[in-house]
Amino acid sequence: MIRAPAVRTSLGFVAVALFFLPFADLEISAVEPWTELGRLLLGLLTPDPTVLDSVAMALVRTVAFAFVGVALGAAGGFVLALGFRHWPVRTGCAFVRAIHELFWALIFLQCFGLHPLTGVLAIAIPYAGVFAKVYSEILDEADPQPERTLPAGTGVLARFLFARVPDAWPHIASYTAYRLECGLRSSAVLGFVGMPTLGFHLESAFSQGLYSEVGMLLLTFYVLVATLRLWARPRLLPFYLLAAPFLLGSGLPIVWGNVSRFFTQDIVPAPLQDGEGWAAFAMWLGDILASEALPGVIATVILTQIALVVTGALALAAFPLVSRHFTGRISRTVGHGILVVARTTPEYLLAYILLQLWGPSMLPAVIALAIHNAGIIGHLIGRRSNEIQLRSDAPAGVERYGYEILPRVYGPFLALLFYRWEIIMRETAILGILGITTLGFYVDSAMEAIRFDVAFILILVTAVLNIGVDALARWLRRRLQLRTTPGAQS
Amino acid sequence: MTVLSLAGARASYGGERALGPIDLSVAAGERVALVGRSGAGKSTLLKLLHDPARRDIAIMPQELGLVDSLSVFHNVYMGRLNRHTVWYNLANLVRPMKTEQAAVRAVLEPLGMAERIRSRAGELSGGQRQRVAVGRCLYQDADILLADEPVSALDGPRANGVMQALTAAYGTAVLALHDIELALRYSDRVVGLNDGHIVLDEPSDRLTEGDLAPLYAEPMEPGRATG
Repeated sequence: MIRAPAVRTSLGFVAVALFFLPFADLEISAVEPWTELGRLLLGLLTPDPTVLDSVAMALVRTVAFAFVGVALGAAGGFVLALGFRHWPVRTGCAFVRAIHELFWALIFLQCFGLHPLTGVLAIAIPYAGVFAKVYSEILDEADPQPERTLPAGTGVLARFLFARVPDAWPHIASYTAYRLECGLRSSAVLGFVGMPTLGFHLESAFSQGLYSEVGMLLLTFYVLVATLRLWARPRLLPFYLLAAPFLLGSGLPIVWGNVSRFFTQDIVPAPLQDGEGWAAFAMWLGDILASEALPGVIATVILTQIALVVTGALALAAFPLVSRHFTGRISRTVGHGILVVARTTPEYLLAYILLQLWGPSMLPAVIALAIHNAGIIGHLIGRRSNEIQLRSDAPAGVERYGYEILPRVYGPFLALLFYRWEIIMRETAILGILGITTLGFYVDSAMEAIRFDVAFILILVTAVLNIGVDALARWLRRRLQLRTTPGAQS
Repeated sequence: MTVLSLAGARASYGGERALGPIDLSVAAGERVALVGRSGAGKSTLLKLLHDPARRDIAIMPQELGLVDSLSVFHNVYMGRLNRHTVWYNLANLVRPMKTEQAAVRAVLEPLGMAERIRSRAGELSGGQRQRVAVGRCLYQDADILLADEPVSALDGPRANGVMQALTAAYGTAVLALHDIELALRYSDRVVGLNDGHIVLDEPSDRLTEGDLAPLYAEPMEPGRATG
């Protein structure tokens, strides 16, 4: 069994993570980490209903940013999907989706300031890149036969709308609905950089130690996401889409001078701005790459690999919670509840909370990434395991897990884990904003020092790193012949 | 007047010869039945005869080419997409117009499918789906029909009814049919295929079912095991 390629690859990943472990800073530096955690849990148990007004506003804004951002992203992505076979479109989409929403937000904050446009574009642009890729894959998989039977002389648009779109439509709709849920999480997290969404209120409640308000915010957010399918009915969508732009809040007005200055001066590398020529630029670039990009990349890779392995282990431990082969009806409902909370909580939010409690190190980040991603993978693998029909005399308990279930779900599990690899890395980079020394830390520091040219270079490095990991993951999936279906599965 | 013709046509799949070389021409007003065992090359020959750029040809492939998520109305309406502006087609995609609905219903009526006009194609049984595809060909009202096993999923009386509707609408047609009886009844000319070659080409009224039986016999090729 050890010699099976999938197992060998997994062990390789574990070995790499173990090798990185001594280099990772995993200590708890807070003085009383467990008392704080206890207070937070108490806050969750005693949510403060008197703050419902402000909480409701935060949730309305969170939903509004999610709707507008995802709708624009979906529309843009659909148009881009039509041109996806041209390589400039493909490359452009890979590039914009390699940059995290929060990085986009940091960039647009410099142009548009605290205007709603910043938050909307921060969601719409990377989402458009993702939508373009997935939509084009879905459209490519549509049955080609109907198009061949159409009478000659049928126009391009009619051909597309009658023979291509209807077959792909259910998949497009379900994937878009899934991304709307992601959009809610992205929107909530954008509050941490100043948008008027959930994160903003959460941060201020946290900093004042108002744990009952934190509890109220988190609980209502869970309810909001868990009931998404109940209130986001297809018939109500036009209404939501029309109302959402008016519920973004007014923010601060855009200073257009800043916008042009950002593109013509701020992000132009300093030596070129000062006319010192290309030799000086090379020096400058080399310096950034050596003193900021390199340590950032190393920390990002270390954290990513450790978090990936912990995620995998946690997911394998968690999926039996929702698998009918291991649980009864009641315990399975509880299991579903646990996994829903795990995957509904954005990594960034979870990392923020754990950092508040335990102090800055890689540990909160690893735990946050593992909990969120294991929640997603565990849910999907659990669902998959429920499709397995066991013979009636199949072993129970650990034997059933090891002999019957795990061997059957291991392939899909690895495929999902590799799919999440790039997402975990993108998220790892962004967690630097919270003070862990991954790439985001250097980007954020450069932004604060008003060295936008440096921040820009570092964001480019992050994007290239993500694209690289994505390519590696795809290569591994192909080599191990793991089939992944796009769409809501992912 | 010849409306379809092939000269020395060949087809191969993955380097393996599947058909040909074949010479065949079809005159206007001539209904040709292609017969032969499955794998003899009937579908391939139909594909070679089809020129996607010709507006006067309607096709009905074996896979039918229905859009499962669209209604029966839309699937039939698609036969005339090339006769309207894109805006008119779009409007009908969103909400079928009364006049178009009436026209499509008239086509579905003799096929026994009128009451299913609003059903999604994906909900229908195999035989119903086949009749929807027939409806599309009838509605298209082209000059030539190329159909691959148009009634294979229909029972006797229903199959005859559909064949009557198809042959009434299309004087010129090439129909792949594995059913010898239907082939003789609804064609003027029978072309028999075996292993990618034409082995028989006769007017229908000179043939009996017995003449066609050898085409369906077990393949007896030298050098290849049979069983």
